[in-house]
Amino acid sequence: MKLSRKFLSDYVDIPTNVTTHELAEEMTRIGNEYDTCDKLIPATNLVIGEVIECAHHPDSDHLKITKVNIGDQILDIVCGAPNCRQGLKVIVAKAGAKLPGGEIKAGKIRGCDSNGMLCAMSELGLDSKFLHEEDYTGIHELPADAKVGEDPIKYLELDDEVIDFELTSNRGDLLSILGMAYEIGAIYNTKVKDIDLSFKETGQINFNVEVKTDNCPLFLAKEVKNITIKESPTFIKNRLIASGIRPINNVVDISNYVMLETGQPLHFYDRDSLGDTIIVRMAEDNEELTTLDNEKRVLSSDDIVIANREGAVGLAGVMGGLTTEIETTTKNVLIESAIFNSTKIRKTSKKILRSEASNRFEKGIDPRRTYMAIKRCCHLLEKYADATIVGGMVEVNNITIEDHQVEVSLDKINKVLGTTITKEEVEDIFIRLGFLVNLTDNLFKVTVPSRRLDIEIAEDLIEEVGRYYGMDKIKGSKLILPLQEGHTDNIKRQIKNKMIAMGLNEALSYALIPESEVHKYTTDEFIHVNVADPMSEDRTTLRYSLLYSLEQVYEYNKARNFKDVCVFEIGKGFYKENDEYKEDTKLACLMTGKYYLDINNTNVDFYIIKGIVEELLDYLGYNGRYTIDVGNVPNELHPGVSASIVLQGNEIGIIGKLHPNVITDDVYVFEINLDKLLRNRTSNIKFREIPKYLGMEKDVAFVVKQNITNKQIMDVIKKAGGKLLTNIEVFDVYVGDKVAPDEKSIAYNLKFEDSNKTLTEEEVMTIFNKIISDVENKLGAKLRNK
Amino acid sequence: MKEKVELLTKELLAKFDKISNIKELNDLKVEYMGKKGIITELQSGIKDVPKEEKKEYGMNVNNLRNTFNDNYDQKLAYLKELEINSKIEKERIDVTLPSKRIRQGSKHPMTRIQEELEDLFVSMGYDVYDGPEIETDENCFQKLNLPLGHPARDSQDTFYLENEYEAYLLRSQTSTGQVRVMEANKEKGPIRVVCPGKVYRRDDDATHSHQFMQMEGLVIDENISMADLKGTLETFCKKLLGEKTDVRFRPSYFPFTEPSVEVDATCFKCGGKGCALCKQTGWIEVLGAGMVHPNVLKMSGYDPEKYQGFAFGTGLDRFAMFKFGITDIRTIYGNDVRFLNQFARKDETNEIK
Repeated sequence: MKLSRKFLSDYVDIPTNVTTHELAEEMTRIGNEYDTCDKLIPATNLVIGEVIECAHHPDSDHLKITKVNIGDQILDIVCGAPNCRQGLKVIVAKAGAKLPGGEIKAGKIRGCDSNGMLCAMSELGLDSKFLHEEDYTGIHELPADAKVGEDPIKYLELDDEVIDFELTSNRGDLLSILGMAYEIGAIYNTKVKDIDLSFKETGQINFNVEVKTDNCPLFLAKEVKNITIKESPTFIKNRLIASGIRPINNVVDISNYVMLETGQPLHFYDRDSLGDTIIVRMAEDNEELTTLDNEKRVLSSDDIVIANREGAVGLAGVMGGLTTEIETTTKNVLIESAIFNSTKIRKTSKKILRSEASNRFEKGIDPRRTYMAIKRCCHLLEKYADATIVGGMVEVNNITIEDHQVEVSLDKINKVLGTTITKEEVEDIFIRLGFLVNLTDNLFKVTVPSRRLDIEIAEDLIEEVGRYYGMDKIKGSKLILPLQEGHTDNIKRQIKNKMIAMGLNEALSYALIPESEVHKYTTDEFIHVNVADPMSEDRTTLRYSLLYSLEQVYEYNKARNFKDVCVFEIGKGFYKENDEYKEDTKLACLMTGKYYLDINNTNVDFYIIKGIVEELLDYLGYNGRYTIDVGNVPNELHPGVSASIVLQGNEIGIIGKLHPNVITDDVYVFEINLDKLLRNRTSNIKFREIPKYLGMEKDVAFVVKQNITNKQIMDVIKKAGGKLLTNIEVFDVYVGDKVAPDEKSIAYNLKFEDSNKTLTEEEVMTIFNKIISDVENKLGAKLRNK
Repeated sequence: MKEKVELLTKELLAKFDKISNIKELNDLKVEYMGKKGIITELQSGIKDVPKEEKKEYGMNVNNLRNTFNDNYDQKLAYLKELEINSKIEKERIDVTLPSKRIRQGSKHPMTRIQEELEDLFVSMGYDVYDGPEIETDENCFQKLNLPLGHPARDSQDTFYLENEYEAYLLRSQTSTGQVRVMEANKEKGPIRVVCPGKVYRRDDDATHSHQFMQMEGLVIDENISMADLKGTLETFCKKLLGEKTDVRFRPSYFPFTEPSVEVDATCFKCGGKGCALCKQTGWIEVLGAGMVHPNVLKMSGYDPEKYQGFAFGTGLDRFAMFKFGITDIRTIYGNDVRFLNQFARKDETNEIK
């Protein structure tokens, strides 16, 4: 909302020593933030001058050499404008003038002195929407009565300042100069001035209004005749310009002017094109209407329309129709001043067009203003468009207009704000705001005028007190509450810390990915989740696996020549199941390039990333409860270098190398569903006695077929070894000349311990021999070198 | 006899001189001191010496033995030292060559900020809660006093799920946590909670990301005031932005709080003097807050006559940007390893410089 200081001053007196910038700051202090606060015409050092000589420049076919009288001196100025001529009153920018295009400096133009510039309107900083063609093609021609030496901006009555507010959505009342006047009047304790609503009436209105929807609780129509369409008076034009609205003609301008004054949007119809009836109804589905901007709109039964006997003539509260537009030939006008359902207007305007009118309807209208505005229009049309106002008004009113009563106690105010404001201070604030106050026993019974639609309950009044008392005057206090333990589930933090300690960078990527990628990196069957109206093709769908995101992280870094990437992320994977939206927390990790920073240039391989998984799971307390073994893995993983991570029979994740079809580099990943993992409880740490008796170690190497896995052998060893076998370690794997081509040799170090005694060689050998024979018999293994 | 010993001594010393390693030294020991060694034999020869010469004979042999032992010990010590020195020389390395270590991990700056705030609030007795990111319109808006069609919904351009308009959405604010915690509190008693988490809005530029992080705070009890809110936010802002930070309230509007305030903190860059970052105001907007609206309390089963409370919400990305001097929010979600690597160490101080 752009607030013109001049416009505001018509309704409330602001102390003259208050600068507009100070006013803007005061408004911010009471909760009305502003974006900018500037002069309407930012150009400086301008003066009215008269061209007293104008000759052609000898070295140019379009430049002119002029002498310009600016009162206290005569300036030599070179000017290129075709309309520059002797006797013209002009706007002169003196040397040192700051214009939006730059600073004016005295100098020579093609050898001739030029100590200033004659200005076109377009050079002063007005928004282009207020400019006409002649404002660009030539210098501005001031009327002959303009006084040489005076300020041209003042002469043009454009010496205004504008604050552009960013208002909160509850303060629809501030979308009017009057609302602003009340708000600002309360700051400076000055009364809002009366507004002239007087006019003469002739004859009696003959017009029908039928309201056929609940979405229009108030509709007023008034008729005016014999208007003269012409240019608006300067003050109306300038106030519209300062408010950001383009002047068109007196009649259209008056409807906008009154909307700015009162906050009530109005619509003027060409009475002769409209006919004698208005029907307010919901549109038919697919009903068509051509709006003022000459666009054909297709409507739905959610849109409110204004219709005549023939069909829709306007989109209520949003934009009028083309057929009943005010044109230069219009003679008779029907004025509409109404209230429409804010939610409906919001929906329609969101779909079709946001306008000054729809914005106000969305935020709510004070019905008193609906009446005030229509009268104000009549007053101005009579005065500035020579209109004859027809007597009477068609009125469809299903609204009760009343000021509402809200109660609040002094105690409650101070309890909520944490202050010690006195009742006198509170009373003063309410009175300044123009509220009626009845105070009994520290209880304020406040009558809130209908213009303040936002005030409904005691807390709203407390906010008013806080705003004007000064929220920043509230002193911070230390919250005093019983001591209590704060709780947080920090398992995610522990996992992150462990992953970081293992040398991984924590990544944070977007949950929205392309739909085409959502079923990758998983063998799960699931229903994926899309967002409506995605912002781009890349962000259509909520991810299920985090690995696509990490693949993107790898690609991003690789494209920047950075190939050592070891990252992990914890985030949600989303899906739909049995009509319910579900989200699982997942841990994903991607590793490629160097992991050890030594000079051997060892790159990440499967066993390094497998070590990360094992280290993490062991740390979390799952030691001995999980396996990493060949299983069902997604197509994006290398079938020979990948595995399932299984915890007590349930698959909780996958691990492996990326399939060469996906990325040809050696990139390794894993993903674990943390919800599935953490569902399995872990035990507390409990100290176990350290073995008192020395154990015994035995080494053994088996030669087996290539397709026999280490895990198969270990399983047999473990089973045969029983309790006394306390540790198994692989210490060598051999493939080569010394074994057959389809064979490999794996060597194990076995540790035997008994917590009650020292084991004898015989005892150990009995078990050891059983292990050997079991592995030989069950897996077709041979002992190596024997 | 004396001459013989002198001769033997001379011979022995010459042999010692020639010895260059421990093995030779040991051989020499066997030669002289072994079972059949020269000195051993001389010693056992005493039995054949006439009685009156025994004393002198013994003295001479003893002298020889002592000479041997002294020289032996000296030579052994010398040789051991030589051996160690040579081992040391052999093992000498270039200590400036690279170490063997694994690469360094790092915690994402957003996690750092989140954990710092969680720790602060947990230390003050708050619980930490994070709910689902797919939410109902009811939890994200309606129960926060934003009914369908409410104009304030426009300020949060929400991602609805496909075919779920005004039903299911990606939460646009962590205030959903407020609703969930109040609903879950069966006794409808006091609450102290912070809800950090990811939120989503349809916005993407240098200062807005369609996915970002917020933290909501909620305190409900019988006597909670705006002054308590201010005190709490002062602690919060001092923790993140430095001890010298002041906090300013500006009235504002949020449908779920009444009264509502925007909270400014002293500009950490200029210390409040005014600079380009704070647009010469000396203040930076950091939070939105207010007293929980009675409608919100009521809708989640609380009695607004008995309880009042405050709520605040803030974007954590902004704090991360302030704290680490990140100018483009997209850097935070870009995962450039060169960015991530910069967070591989502990931070020195909470103060933003």
